[in-house]
Amino acid sequence: MTTPLVARLRERLRPDQVRDGAAEVNLYRRDASNLSGHPAVVCFAETVDDVRAIVQVANEFGVPFVPRGSGTGLAGGAVPTSGSIVISTSKMNRIVSVDHVNRLAWVEPGVLNLDLSKQIAHLGVHFAPDPSSQQTCSIGGNVANNSGGPHCLADGVTSAHIHGLEVVLPDGSVTLLGGEEPEPAGYDLRGVFVGSEGMFGVATKVCVKLMQNSPDVATMLLDFGDVADGAQLVSDIIADGIVPAAVEMMDQLCLQAVEEFIHAGLPVDQAAALLIEVVGLPASVASQVERIRELASERHVGTIRVAADDAERALLWKGRKSAFGAIARIKPNYYLHDTVVPRHRLPEVLAQVYEIAARHELLVLNVFHAGDGNLHPLLVYDAREPGISERVHAAGDEIVRVSVAAGGVLSGEHGIGLEKRDLMPLMFSEIDLAAQADLRRAFDPQRLSNPDKVLPSPAGCGDIHSVPAGAWV
Amino acid sequence: MTGDSVTVSSLDAAADAFAEEVGDAEPVTVTGLGSRGGPVPAVRTVTAPSGIDWIQPAEMTICCGAGTPIAEVDAALAEHGQCVALQGGGTIGGSLAIGHSGIRRLGWGPARDTVLQAHYVSAAGDVVKAGGPTVKNVSGFDLCRLLVGSRGTLGFLADVILRTRPLPVGERWFTSERDPCDLLAALYRPTSLLWDGRTTWALLDGHADDIAAQVQVAGLIATDGPPDLPLHRWSMPPSEVRSLATGSAPFVAEIGVGVVHHSEPAPARVVDATVRSLHDRIKHEFDPTARLNPGVDVLADS
Repeated sequence: MTTPLVARLRERLRPDQVRDGAAEVNLYRRDASNLSGHPAVVCFAETVDDVRAIVQVANEFGVPFVPRGSGTGLAGGAVPTSGSIVISTSKMNRIVSVDHVNRLAWVEPGVLNLDLSKQIAHLGVHFAPDPSSQQTCSIGGNVANNSGGPHCLADGVTSAHIHGLEVVLPDGSVTLLGGEEPEPAGYDLRGVFVGSEGMFGVATKVCVKLMQNSPDVATMLLDFGDVADGAQLVSDIIADGIVPAAVEMMDQLCLQAVEEFIHAGLPVDQAAALLIEVVGLPASVASQVERIRELASERHVGTIRVAADDAERALLWKGRKSAFGAIARIKPNYYLHDTVVPRHRLPEVLAQVYEIAARHELLVLNVFHAGDGNLHPLLVYDAREPGISERVHAAGDEIVRVSVAAGGVLSGEHGIGLEKRDLMPLMFSEIDLAAQADLRRAFDPQRLSNPDKVLPSPAGCGDIHSVPAGAWV
Repeated sequence: MTGDSVTVSSLDAAADAFAEEVGDAEPVTVTGLGSRGGPVPAVRTVTAPSGIDWIQPAEMTICCGAGTPIAEVDAALAEHGQCVALQGGGTIGGSLAIGHSGIRRLGWGPARDTVLQAHYVSAAGDVVKAGGPTVKNVSGFDLCRLLVGSRGTLGFLADVILRTRPLPVGERWFTSERDPCDLLAALYRPTSLLWDGRTTWALLDGHADDIAAQVQVAGLIATDGPPDLPLHRWSMPPSEVRSLATGSAPFVAEIGVGVVHHSEPAPARVVDATVRSLHDRIKHEFDPTARLNPGVDVLADS
């Protein structure tokens, strides 16, 4: 039976853009986290007018709406609130305009991250944020999560690459936040919208910054007998005034899993390897490679492999980016964490991560953005094993706590969503959180745009807003 | 805490004292060194804590009071071969409150990207933390970016953790009579490109061999430094900068950025009603009695 909500949406959109069949709706219950919800209906927006119409209907009925890109988020940010309208922007996937002289482009939110860089490659430019999911994640999702990626070390995460946003605000009004001009009047509303996890409205067009491709690049793989030496080298390099384009670390279990998967000649007998990429003009790249060699030798580096050509470079990066496929050979399930610690605390926090996993009798692989201290411990397990989910839960919770205790933060790039919502008090006082809630209320006084994410529920709301059973931190 | 610069050993205590001073009622205004217009007249004036708490070179971060002079921060960071990408002069807090970038924005990015964490004093007189101490962080909403450029209307900065960057290794200025957009295409990541309608000034940094090669390719001529910048500041889409008529009032435009240093005041902007309403709601949530820097309208031209 068609509900009044669905009937109204079908009046405002083409009927085929509004789907409420159980089979279709069920496809939109989850993102890439382990959490799920029950939306009432899924709408496929094709234009800003479609998005506005959906948001207006949401306001008419007092029903929440949840913007959704590709659904690759890992923190439950796109998991639909019960009874909500999912607004899929995946059909809004046009590159609207490209200004290759001033290196910016207007794109719709459903454009896939890697597609954008491929489409503009002939202009000698690229979109810098490169999450591991870049083949499938959307620019709109990158905006919502302020996404990062291996190459964000030197050039910054998504916020640094967004000039402006056309948005539909939660009351249905359409406006421009920021824009092509460098210093728009007033508050940096562009800046606060990026990373707001769909709670401040829906981005319908995005002005992105494009980065000049580098004339020269060197990709190095360095291995170490001791994880701490590799971690320490990261700090040494930065303190020396070198900011590589990327500094990634893989530990031994990860190296072994990946090597079995792709046969890249990775150093499987070593405790850890660093994948370092420096880019720029030739003399600068050469001198940085030389300096990194010197610094590495003082940290007992094993072998240093410098990719001889693009094919070898691609193979080394394939090793880094295949980690998640490779671990399926070890155990059927994994839980990926995302915390950040100050770079100089990496050795001790890594040691704590190993200790925590050992104590809970869990396997942990580490593959992460060492350059900015962004840890990604991967707990691998078989969910069929009795009691193991509780152990994974407990270990994950401890990892987050030791990271924050070491002067770190809850999330470096996955966001808070539902997953870490109730851990926000680890970082923020009630007063701090109230200020964030104030900002949210200014954008969305009716709490219709992706409610119940990011901010812990105020006391008294009880179980209605608690993180669903099965949610892990 | 007012008046003399106080070097603090614990910024937490200094922030608490600053909050006490700001209080929770009656109009109040904040000032640093007065280099960006100073406090709102005829309103009780406070000054933010001053002093560097720590520098972590391997993290490329610094923690300091908002009242710390930028010159003091620059000098301390220079000992570690680092600097901050903020417009010079006055205090850290003043530079962030205005939010303007310096002429190296093309290469170094905008001021708003430098703040990792801030403690500010709210209109209710509370110390509030925004952001986090690490170079990468997406925990919660981005209040730091809301504060940068907010001209003290939402809260008064007490202390901040800033991202630093390596000091330039071999910056050199050049000029060229070539089309500035050609230079933007030909040069690899110049730190700055300034154009006065005839001449382009390019600031290059990096390895001497690379600079020499760039100079050769682009046909650049060495010069002592950038041109004098006219007083007023315009902001326009970078694609429109070329439309500034030559022979009109003098200007120096930041190519690839869109900031134009102009001899005439910027034309009045048209502010979208929805944006205005959103600003009003944010101001109301953060400062319901409009006691912080009363009368300052961030949407009006500064």
